[in-house]
Amino acid sequence: MLKGMTRLISRVHKAKHGEQHEGQHYNISFQDLKTVFSHGLPPRFVMQVKTFNEACLMVRRPALELLHYLKNTNFAHPAVRYVFYGEKGTGKTLSLCHSIHFCAKQDWLILHIPDAHLWVKNCRDLLQSTYNKQRFDQPLEASTWLKNFKTANEHFLSQIKVQEKYVWNKRESTEKGSPLGEVVEQGIMRVRNATDAVGIVLKELKRQSSLGIFRLLVAVDGVNALWGRTTLKREDKSPIAPEELAFIYNLRKMVKNDWQGGAIVLTVSQTGSLFKPRKAYLPQELLGKEGFDALDPFIPILVSNYNPKEFESCIHYYLENNWLQHEKAHTEEGKKELLFLSNRNPGQLERLCAYL
Amino acid sequence: MAALRVPCGAAASYRLFLGGRVSFARGQGLWKAAAAKLQRSPGCQILRLRHTTVVAARKNVAALRHETYTVDFIKKQIEEFNIGKRHLANMMGEDPETFTQEDIDRAIAYLFPSGLFEKRARPIMKHPEEIFPKQRAIQWGEDGRPFHFLFYTGKQSYYSLMHEAYGKLLDVENRQDQLRAKGLFSEKTKAKDPIGSRWLIKEELEEMLVEKLSDQDYAQFTRLLERLSALPCDAAEEEFVGSFRRSVTIPLRKQLTEPLQCDEKGMAFSTGQGNRKTAKAKVAVYDHGSGRIEVNGVDYLLYFPVTQDREQLMFPFHFLDRLGEHDMTCTVSGGGRAAQAGAIRLATARALCSFVTEDEVEWMRQAGLLTADPRVRERKKPGQEGARRKFTWKKR
Repeated sequence: MLKGMTRLISRVHKAKHGEQHEGQHYNISFQDLKTVFSHGLPPRFVMQVKTFNEACLMVRRPALELLHYLKNTNFAHPAVRYVFYGEKGTGKTLSLCHSIHFCAKQDWLILHIPDAHLWVKNCRDLLQSTYNKQRFDQPLEASTWLKNFKTANEHFLSQIKVQEKYVWNKRESTEKGSPLGEVVEQGIMRVRNATDAVGIVLKELKRQSSLGIFRLLVAVDGVNALWGRTTLKREDKSPIAPEELAFIYNLRKMVKNDWQGGAIVLTVSQTGSLFKPRKAYLPQELLGKEGFDALDPFIPILVSNYNPKEFESCIHYYLENNWLQHEKAHTEEGKKELLFLSNRNPGQLERLCAYL
Repeated sequence: MAALRVPCGAAASYRLFLGGRVSFARGQGLWKAAAAKLQRSPGCQILRLRHTTVVAARKNVAALRHETYTVDFIKKQIEEFNIGKRHLANMMGEDPETFTQEDIDRAIAYLFPSGLFEKRARPIMKHPEEIFPKQRAIQWGEDGRPFHFLFYTGKQSYYSLMHEAYGKLLDVENRQDQLRAKGLFSEKTKAKDPIGSRWLIKEELEEMLVEKLSDQDYAQFTRLLERLSALPCDAAEEEFVGSFRRSVTIPLRKQLTEPLQCDEKGMAFSTGQGNRKTAKAKVAVYDHGSGRIEVNGVDYLLYFPVTQDREQLMFPFHFLDRLGEHDMTCTVSGGGRAAQAGAIRLATARALCSFVTEDEVEWMRQAGLLTADPRVRERKKPGQEGARRKFTWKKR
């Protein structure tokens, strides 16, 4: 009985998610997890997937809204930017992942940066960029990202052809017309050139998506990192601005809406952000003036706490998987307690129900 | 009047000083027994005064052990106290005839304001009977023979009391047997009032008898009196037993429950205040709500990210099973994170009193929801690193 209420058995027909499915969970197959979401999901969700041995996402209104827009996009027009914003723990990242899954099933090319904040802090090795002396490279992060990108979009990499010749160093170069996969391979093997490889990939994809061969989805989580401050410093302890990082520079170009044939889905989050107050959640506050002007115009989508129906559904899901072991969890009073303590915030509820 | 004031002042100050010193010493616990004390026991014997001039030869060892106050001395103190009381009343402009002990306390607190925290260290002026500990007179006469027949038991008043009580018990039983023999015996069970009075505790009994008792003695005593009270007694025996019972007042602290107020939209609400450490909170609880709580204009999930604080907020509602029924707006300032949560909890509980029956108010009080937590940060003392922590002890 409960299964019918909270679960959707449909797996393939992502396109058929409508308002009547609001509040219900749907399954993501392990295949998709390995390819599409090799680097996308929040770590707590990954733990939950491992525990329950299945990946279930709840269908919620912000994601449904976005899917509706995506279904009705006109690919001749410049790419529209959608920004998920909301308070901490309300489900922005998972909504982003939902839309990524939808697009993956629709056979779009997914360009997913899991957390832009990771690029602007805690970087061990910063190299001076080979391409441009003023900028900095981040070899490790770039190579990891390239690996994940490869697993996500295997079948596209052989189809897309590079339209320029790129010389890596004295011995290696990529000819015009060779598949993009070669660039990616080059970046993975030669870690020194990884960031440049990423830049090339971004440039090529942007150029070619306007041609209409494929549809491109750019998904960036924590896009406010692109315009904030970094905690990285040069050898002489002077701070580095985000523009001086090659990756950030290229990503900013990507997020501009001067190309057609796809969509840009972004989230702004305070959680990993640097030098932003805890209670800030509006795009204006988190992006700053520069970021807001760069992203303007965009469509903001608010992600809020669960409404009562979604809350019930989440509790049912946990109960089905025997996750809530307290005797009172089944009763009304237990549910009221959980409701009060978490104030219907998905993140808080998950932490409350977690193991000690 | 001026001439009179000076000696009064001297006497008053002497007594005050003495009172301060002795009362502090008394507070430490003067339950030490000494043979040479003024006896004041029920069924007391003739107080024989010690003629120090005649028996100066026989060194009174008992008297040297502890400071003794002779009866003359106590009488003089009482006279001085009364005179001082009249002078004090005069000073304060009140009527000396109707000057009670509370008036004396107020006058002394006014004339000698003290900033000391320990209430027992402040100046007091009380009747000498309350200040000087009760002492026993010398129990033997000039010839050395003790007055009481049970003197050589060591605890003469205790054993005489037990003897008396047992005598009464035997009397009652005899009477019962006679009645049964005559056939007029009627089994009437006495309706004793179990709640409202209690037996004397051991310290009170020791104070009454001016003797040191052991736990077994006290237990024996209680058992005997219980036995006596279980039988049907007449008025004299009831009085005897009643003199060893004290009434127990149920701590019904009257929680002032304000009636519900209504704001402009017609919603009933009630306010409450609370504090904890340095945090102060004011709360308004609205009826017919959905469980929204706003603290200082911010949602409570954002204001208290820690689950422990939100559990504190939840406690009053959860206790009364009214989790999703009220809305709440609060303002809080001062203190830290947990102190603010505790302050809001107290304020909420107080506000909820107006929505709830009296029984539930009593349950809340017993659960500790309505009591303000008196713990505050203890002062750091000089010579120590913190309030309690001492500096590291170095041997050399």
